[in-house]
Amino acid sequence: MSDSNSREILIPGDLLSETSEFKAGIGTFRENGRIYAAQVGIKSIRGNYINVVPLAGKYIPKAGDMVIGKIIDIGPSNWLVDINCPYPAPLHVNDVPWRVDFGDTAKYLNVGNNILVKVLKVDETKRIQLTLKEQGLRRLTSGRIIEISHSKVPRVIGKSGSMISMLKNYTNTRMFVGQNGRIWIDGEPEDIQLAVEAINMIEKEAHLLGLTEKVKEFLESKKKEKIES
Amino acid sequence: MGGHSDIVLIDENGLRVDGRKVDELRPIKIEAGVLKNADGSAYLEWGNNIVLAAVYGPREAHPRHVQNSNKAIIQARYNMAAFSVGERKRPGPDRRSIEISKIISEALEAVTMTELFPRATIDVYMEVLQANAGTRCAAITAASVAMADAGIPMKGLVTGCAAGKAGDKVILDLGQEEDNFGQADVPLAIVPRTGEIVLLQMDGHLTEEEFDKAFKMATEAAVNVVYPLQVAALKKKYMESLEDVEDEIINDDPGNSMEVTSGGEVIPENTTDMTQGGDE
Repeated sequence: MSDSNSREILIPGDLLSETSEFKAGIGTFRENGRIYAAQVGIKSIRGNYINVVPLAGKYIPKAGDMVIGKIIDIGPSNWLVDINCPYPAPLHVNDVPWRVDFGDTAKYLNVGNNILVKVLKVDETKRIQLTLKEQGLRRLTSGRIIEISHSKVPRVIGKSGSMISMLKNYTNTRMFVGQNGRIWIDGEPEDIQLAVEAINMIEKEAHLLGLTEKVKEFLESKKKEKIES
Repeated sequence: MGGHSDIVLIDENGLRVDGRKVDELRPIKIEAGVLKNADGSAYLEWGNNIVLAAVYGPREAHPRHVQNSNKAIIQARYNMAAFSVGERKRPGPDRRSIEISKIISEALEAVTMTELFPRATIDVYMEVLQANAGTRCAAITAASVAMADAGIPMKGLVTGCAAGKAGDKVILDLGQEEDNFGQADVPLAIVPRTGEIVLLQMDGHLTEEEFDKAFKMATEAAVNVVYPLQVAALKKKYMESLEDVEDEIINDDPGNSMEVTSGGEVIPENTTDMTQGGDE
């Protein structure tokens, strides 16, 4: 509870605030006017909200999230998509950019296909609706998909996208980071490999200060090696 | 309980068979995050008890009829390995382990924010690899560390501890002989943050005064000794990579260290800002 954004690791039940000056944000709960941490994480104060940035946990979808999903089942008018969360995520034919006749779903997307998809709606009972009807959303036909812990997604993206744009520049790849922790990388095989190594490094050292600098150093040294050889 | 023997459980110096004082715990060791494939895990040694706990979830509950549309269900399974006791234990769930699984599920449910995950399940597996009295307390202590390690929102950790009576004295944390030939065993689990009791059982006979004494002993040991070990285990796991870097800073030339520590972009600006990765 020392300074506002200390790197102290919080445990469920740790006291965050005894006063009413703050509101209980993500990863916290309020009891008898006090705010406590609910998850293992790091404290962060945004405006008048106290949040706990979680260091572990499953991805829970929310409306507007861009995620990478895999078709796991086909129905006559919908696909079932695995988006790496505890709930089944159906994609209805009305939410794809094609006119699909009843029963013709397999012609467009088949089991095993990967798609870049948006979470359209999540209701109170966590029933999910996906959509493919937006610019940039599509089936992913080339490249490679890797999976990281969803709690480390913000670190891969960096402050206003600084980390990801650096990764793209240095590795010369196309990249998309889904909110569910899946990352799509496309480019030359050795470039993809380098990007994967850099992302693994980010995942391993995600809660450190000066991470962007470290990754930059790593990428630069790799680049030098490449030129020399 | 129930067994009779000529064994002297407490000697003339007030020491127990394993040399402990009446209010002394066995040595405890906890480690968080020991399994790669589980969402969260913990390894615990409590005297000669060894327990491994693993947590999966929240994930979709199967079959459908066990789902609750208002909250997540917690399915805890306590299991003793065939080799956990001296004489081979017949594997599989028996009356005792089904009971323990049920009470541990209920104890963990009392602290978990299950309403955040409707229709889902949180599966908690506790494998007793070596048993030496007090395994249910050891199991729930490990399970709550594993739950926190899995990132499941909870209102606090759960800590188990037992007390009882042997050799006509109220004692803390019964060992094997004291459990077998003693007069009573009171295992309990407490939420140290609130003092709430989430599990309480008793086997044998105690007077009201003896019960109060045993209860006080067990709760105090849980809160003051066992709970800090749980917290330390979790902090250690998540601090580890932080320490790696501190080592590097020390080994680096001093001019470099300022740069390494002067970053600050780890925590994202706000939640909406980080939603878009954007391709290209």
